[in-house]
Formats: sequence, C-alpha cells, structure tokens
Amino acid sequence: MRLIRRSVVVGATASLAALLAACGGSSSTPAASGSGSAAGSAASSGSASGSAGAGGEVLPFDPAHKGGTLTRFATAGAGTLDPQINYTAQFWQLYQGVYDGLAMFKQVAGDGSFTVVPDLVTEIPKPTNDGKTYTFTLRKGIKFSDGTELSTDDVVASFQRIFKVSSPTAGSFYNGIVGADACLKTPASCTLDGGISGDRTAGTVTINLKAADPEFLYKIAVPHASVLPKSAPAKDGGSTPIPGTGAYKITSYDPNKSLVLDRNPNFTEWSREAQPQGYPDKIVEQYGQTTTAAVTAVQNGQADTVFDDIPADRLPELGTTFASQVHVNPQSAYYYLPMNTHLAPFDNPKARQAVNWAVDRAAVVKLFGGSNVAQPACTILPPGFPGFEPSCQYTSPAGDSWTGPDLAKAKQLVQESGTAGQAVQVIVGDDDVQKAIGENVASTLTAIGWKATSKPISNNIQFTYIQNTKNKVQISLSSWFQDYPAASDFLNILFGCASFVPGSDSSINISGYCDKTVQAKMDQAYAQGSTDQAAANKLWAQVDRDVMTASAAAPLFTPKHVDFLSKRVGNYQWSKQFRMIVSQAWVQ
Amino acid sequence: MRTLRRNRVAMAALLVLLAVVALCLLAPVYEHQVAHTDAFASNVSGTTVVDGKPSPILAPTTDGLGLGVVPIGPTWDLSHFLFGADGQGRDVAARLLYGGRNSLLIGFSAALLCCLLAAVFGVSAGYFGGIVDGVLSRVLDVIWAFPVYLLAICLSVVLLTGGLHVGPITIESGSLLLPVVILGLVYVPYVARPLRGQVLALREKEFISAAVGSGASDLRVMRREVLPNVLPTLIVFLPLMTSICMLTESALSFLSIGVQPPDASWGTIINDGLGLLYTRPAVALVPGVAIALSAVALNLLGDGVRDALDPKARLRGGDA
Repeated sequence: MRLIRRSVVVGATASLAALLAACGGSSSTPAASGSGSAAGSAASSGSASGSAGAGGEVLPFDPAHKGGTLTRFATAGAGTLDPQINYTAQFWQLYQGVYDGLAMFKQVAGDGSFTVVPDLVTEIPKPTNDGKTYTFTLRKGIKFSDGTELSTDDVVASFQRIFKVSSPTAGSFYNGIVGADACLKTPASCTLDGGISGDRTAGTVTINLKAADPEFLYKIAVPHASVLPKSAPAKDGGSTPIPGTGAYKITSYDPNKSLVLDRNPNFTEWSREAQPQGYPDKIVEQYGQTTTAAVTAVQNGQADTVFDDIPADRLPELGTTFASQVHVNPQSAYYYLPMNTHLAPFDNPKARQAVNWAVDRAAVVKLFGGSNVAQPACTILPPGFPGFEPSCQYTSPAGDSWTGPDLAKAKQLVQESGTAGQAVQVIVGDDDVQKAIGENVASTLTAIGWKATSKPISNNIQFTYIQNTKNKVQISLSSWFQDYPAASDFLNILFGCASFVPGSDSSINISGYCDKTVQAKMDQAYAQGSTDQAAANKLWAQVDRDVMTASAAAPLFTPKHVDFLSKRVGNYQWSKQFRMIVSQAWVQ
Repeated sequence: MRTLRRNRVAMAALLVLLAVVALCLLAPVYEHQVAHTDAFASNVSGTTVVDGKPSPILAPTTDGLGLGVVPIGPTWDLSHFLFGADGQGRDVAARLLYGGRNSLLIGFSAALLCCLLAAVFGVSAGYFGGIVDGVLSRVLDVIWAFPVYLLAICLSVVLLTGGLHVGPITIESGSLLLPVVILGLVYVPYVARPLRGQVLALREKEFISAAVGSGASDLRVMRREVLPNVLPTLIVFLPLMTSICMLTESALSFLSIGVQPPDASWGTIINDGLGLLYTRPAVALVPGVAIALSAVALNLLGDGVRDALDPKARLRGGDA
C-alpha cells in the first residue's frame, strides 16, 4: 500500500532459491496450457466497483477515447527508474505500459490478471528436460523505443544484467537458472554459462534451470525480468530511462518533480492481452504534494488520480460526495506484527500467543479506514490466495474467522510466560495510519501486562530497520504485498529459514522464525507444486496453520486499495497483480 | 505589587492563567470522577451513550460507499466526550486537561531553567568581562546562530532516539525532562544577552566599585549586589519565556518530537486532530484555543510585571 511495500529480498536469500531448486521434482509446469498461456491460481474474490472488464476479458481498443494527458499525483518519486532494480508498487504499476518480458501478467481486470501470457514470445513453451528447460521463440518485428530491433542477444543480455546490477530478486527469483551461482558471486562477469543461450537465426532463447520450478513463469513475468537493449548499462540506470518495448516510453524523470511517459513511436500492438496500446497520449506523475492536497486536486479536476493511500479522514467524504469516482478493490496483502522469536519477551511462545489473543483486529481495521477497506486477518495467506483455508486459532468465541480478542487469556499467558512488567517497544512507520495502529497495539500490550510504547520511525528506513537483528526490535508493524500469486511468496519468503539473515537489513523473515519441520513441509509443498498444485496448496494451508500455532507473527488485516479518479476518467480496470491499468484509462 | 494589582489587564490575565492551571491540575478528578474514562488507553472499539442510545465512539460511515470511520463529536456534556473523541477513541476533554498540565509544566520549567542558566551566563560574562566574557559570549553566539526552532528540532530528534546521557545525568528518551532541557538551552541567549548588557552597565556603578573596594569577593558582589539588580529583569522574562517555551513545546509535540504518546500535551492533541480536520475539527481547535489563551494571558501578565517593576519601560514604550 505504501510507497515501498514490496520487500527487497536481496542476494542474502540466495540460499533460499538454491534450497527450493534442490527440492524440485521432475515434472512439467502445471500452469502451462494448450492455449499458450499459463493460468494463474484462483484470485481473491471481490470486484472493482464500476470497473470495465471486471470479468477478465480483453476489451477491444476504442479509438474514440484515444488521446489526452492522464495526470497522477504521488507524494514522491519511487527511486531508480531501472526496471530490473526498482521494487516498488508505484513504478511496477507504470512499467506495465513501458517494459515487456518474455511473459507478462495479462493486462485485464479481475481474476484474469493473475494469468501469465506470452509477451515478447509467440507462446509459453512446455518445458522439456524434466521441467528444467524452456525454449522461447521471439516474436518478429518488435522494436525498442530507441528504434533498435529486439533480438535474442537482448534477451540473453537482460538475464545476465539481472545479476550484473544485483537486482533485489537475483538471489531469490533467478538463482534457479544454471550458472546463477557464479553470477551471484561475481556479478560483473556474469554470463549465465549454460543457463541461457540465444539462437539469432532461429530467433529462440533457451533457459536451463537447475531443477523444475513451478513458479518460474511468474518470475519471468515481473518487471525484474524485463527485456532491455543489450546496450543497457551494466549498472543502476538511476534517473536515466532505459528504452523498453512497451506502448509508452519514459521521456523524463525528476524524482522531486515528475515522471513523464509519452507514446513509444516504435510500438505496434502485438498482443492486446500482454501489451495493449494505451489510450492517453501522455501519462504524467507529479510529485511534491501531500496526499490530502492530491485528493483535493482530483476533486477539482486538476489531477486524474492519486497513487498513495487516501488519508482516512478523507474517506467518508469521498465515499459519499464522490462515490461514483471511487473504486475499492481487495489486495493480496496483509498487515501484521512480526515478533522477534530471539528476543525477550517474544522468545517465549506464550508471550507471542498472548499478542495474538489480545490484539483487537476490529479496532485496527477501524484505524485503517473501516470494514469496507480492510478485513481482520487470522492467517498469513490472504483470503482467496492459493493455499488459503479459513482458520482462526486466536479468536473468541472460537471460529474460522476472527470475531473478538480474549484479553483474559492473553493476560494469563503473559503471566505464565514470566514476562509481565517487561518493557516492549512497537516499531512502526511514521505515517498517520501506522502511528495510530502502533499506539493502539501498545495500549493493548500495556493492558495485558507489559510496559509497552510505540515508536514511530521514518517510513524511509522502518522497513529495513525492523529486519536487522542488530536493532533488537521486539515487535513491529509491517505489511506484505504479493509479488506473484503463490503461497510461497508469503510463507516461505516471510517465515522460511533461508530468509532469516542475522545482522542484515535484508532479513525479510523479521520474526527470525525457523522451524526445521515446518521448513521441510514448505520445501515439500514447493516441490509438489510442480506436479499437483491442489495438493501443494493443501500443504501450504497446513504450513500457514503451523506458523500461526507458533505465533511467529500476529496477522492484523488484509487491506483494500481505494482509487480515487477525476470525473473525466473512464474505462477503469483493476489488475489484481499490478493495480489500476493506467494505460487503459480514458481521459477523453 | 500594588502597581501590578492596579493593572486590570494583567490581573485578568492572571485570573485566566490561574483558572487554566487549576483546571489542568484537576485533570485526574475530571477523568475518574466526572468523565469516567481513561485518557491514555486506546478505546477504538468502545461505546458510549448519546441521547439514551448506545453509540460507538468511532462510528463507521454508513452513507455512500461506507468508507472511513468518524470519532464521536462534541457532546457538550461534561460527563462524557465534552469535546468529542480523538482517533484512538479517547476523551479529548480529559486529554486536554492532562495535556495542559504537561504543556504548562514544560513551558514553566523550561523558562525557569533558561532564566537560571541565563543568569549564570549573563552575570558572569558581564561582571568578569575580558576573556570570560569573550568565551561565554561566543558560546551564546553559536547557539544564537541557529534558528531556534531548527536547533530545538535537531536536538529533539537526536535525543528522542537514545535519551540524554551526560556523565551521571541520564534522561530517558520518553521523559518530559527532555523537552524541558532542550527548550531551556535553546532560549538561553535570548535572556542572557540583555542580562549581560545590564550587568556591563551595572559594573560601572559606584556601589559596585564600593563593594569591590571593601574587599568583597567576586561571588559575593555578584550575589549581593549584581543579582538583586537584574532580578526584576529575570522576573519580567519568566512569564514571557514560559509563553515562548510553551509554544515551542507545542510545536515540537505537534511534530511528534516533543511529548510522546500516550502522554498528552496540547501540541500532541493538535497533531492527533490533524487527520480529523475535515470530520472533527474540534479535536485540533480546542487545544489550539487553549494554547492561544494561555500564551496571551502569559504575555499580558509579563507586560504587567514589566510595567510594575520598570515603569520607565512603559514610558519608553509610550514615547516610541
């Protein structure tokens, strides 16, 4: 929800992918289908209110609405423009119209947006060699925005570049490619020898994996696997745009002022579901206004949309006076309280369970904006996500969904843990919502026997601060948004042993929870995904319950996203993968 | 004192100030005996009774798309939520009284500390002159060189993280002493400089020369001859500095770097109300009015004290 909410899972978690790869069995990718597209797993329910194409169908282009400038306000730029490095929801959303990969998440509204479709290639190939080899055939005639024609050399160079620029997911998403280990050790000289090769004459690219990976297609459909010109610098592109093949090109970027996208003059639509031509001639993202000011600008028609979360005090007004311009959509995400399992008082399971019993999730939902923009959470996996099964171990009265806290039980557990009276600090970000939640949680923890305080620290550093064990964070507020629709992206990333890296800012297993039995189950589930996704999802559900029994974290709620659009904007489409499809909005 | 008592404006200001202080001191009584609430505990899921009907303290919006929640507004009923609730469902009136205690206490304590330090710096610099004056004046110049709010913000941000540890003195990061020390320090030059000038003039007076000539020690001369002559100036400064320190404390707390939640000060309550400006403006307005009222009262009282202790100043003001 916030600017940088996708986790930076850096090379430190390289061993995670290695471990996963080692567990891969021989199979074909279950997602591959005869139609040439890989069907994603079932998406969360709910629909974009008033959105077009919510059923997931690809809508035909309507020339009558072509043209105009769409202006979006955001409080700030989202860092580097480099699509292989940037890891923010803000730019990932815009990259959909600028960059392409071999595969792409379908650019449609609704459940279909979790489907991986061929993009720069003619079809999604069926893997061979026991699921370890993929041979892609490139489409012909595609050009980058600088006029150069796409070739297999560009694809090979782009995969090598993922390692050369130390992409945040190089060690976790792409370590399964043959030769990746050497690339992670010496990025500058990365060749992915034996891992990727191109045949210029045949126009094919072959990727060899160390083991079958049921999530490989998802991994090549995210922006970090964007195909860039082979001439792209082997370093962070920073504020200098790198040419792409999408419908738009980045014309200018000043992180303190604006980002401007113009039509790519060399673009010709080749797949409407993967890279549709856009409606606005120009897309401008302006920086420097507060979100409240941005909301007012949209109300007055001075802007078309706002990237950031709408402030809670503006929601009642928008939901009534401007209801027709508001779209509320569920997200595959959750807010939670990771508890440090290596630090008192939460090194005691009873203390952690006490938190889960005590936290008033209904109150926290209210602080986020009410029950129409958030739902209390009891599990790690969001409702509707692959592997999700309704379950709630900490609710009173008992049930499959959260109904209320049990303070008496929580107090008793705190007493039994022998930690009553200890000082507890809740580390939260410094935006209004997080500060409010932190204050509420601290008040609750004080009520059950600890001396709790809430400590807001800048959002710029809070996420990395709470990951580093050196900072001795006891409990914190964090959130996680899916990278792609697979249970491992929540459970294995957030609670896997390999994601716990003591002393590192990139230890996304913030709780430091590592249970060998549970890890073995995760490995088994990951491997089973190659052959039987339904059985694998059952296992993931079991893992979810195991993590909750250990109470490594206290899930709080699953958020919804509120888009507020100006009156003139039409054809709103909500992609469950990358939010509003900006390029498909009408401004005239 | 007689002159001060004759000054109706100053007396009215004093009465207002005393009323504010008395109300703030009664905060626990109001909290427990009248409002029956907890001014510091989050009460987001709580309910209350309005017009005989149970009502959630934070009510979900039911109109339109039903987005957002709105805290209960002012009931104008002393017994519950007189000025409504804040975003955590806490009684704003109860927090207003507790906040006033902290704001006034910090303002007064900081002003007192500032005047004490200023007296030491100003009197020493002015009396000894020479190298002592040179060193102390440069120290004051350095502090003066920083915009006072910028300096206060910098110190607060740094000290809020790890507290203050100087030799045997330790102040924890959440302590109310921190803003007292910070504010007391940053305003020292503003009082010390005029004092130094006054002492420089005093030093040339015959009675000082006589005291020195009679063999009195420097400390004795400063204590018995100089200090009593600059005391009226310090007394005039005290209410004015209290007002200034209270305002600065409110600003720091508004920026979340002063009094830390769940403790309250008028600045923190305004900060709490910032996110509710569109729906519940009273949360921010009421402490704002309290700050303005107290600041004006302190300034008017300070003027009255000055007029009483130094009638020439009034005359000079009138001439100007």
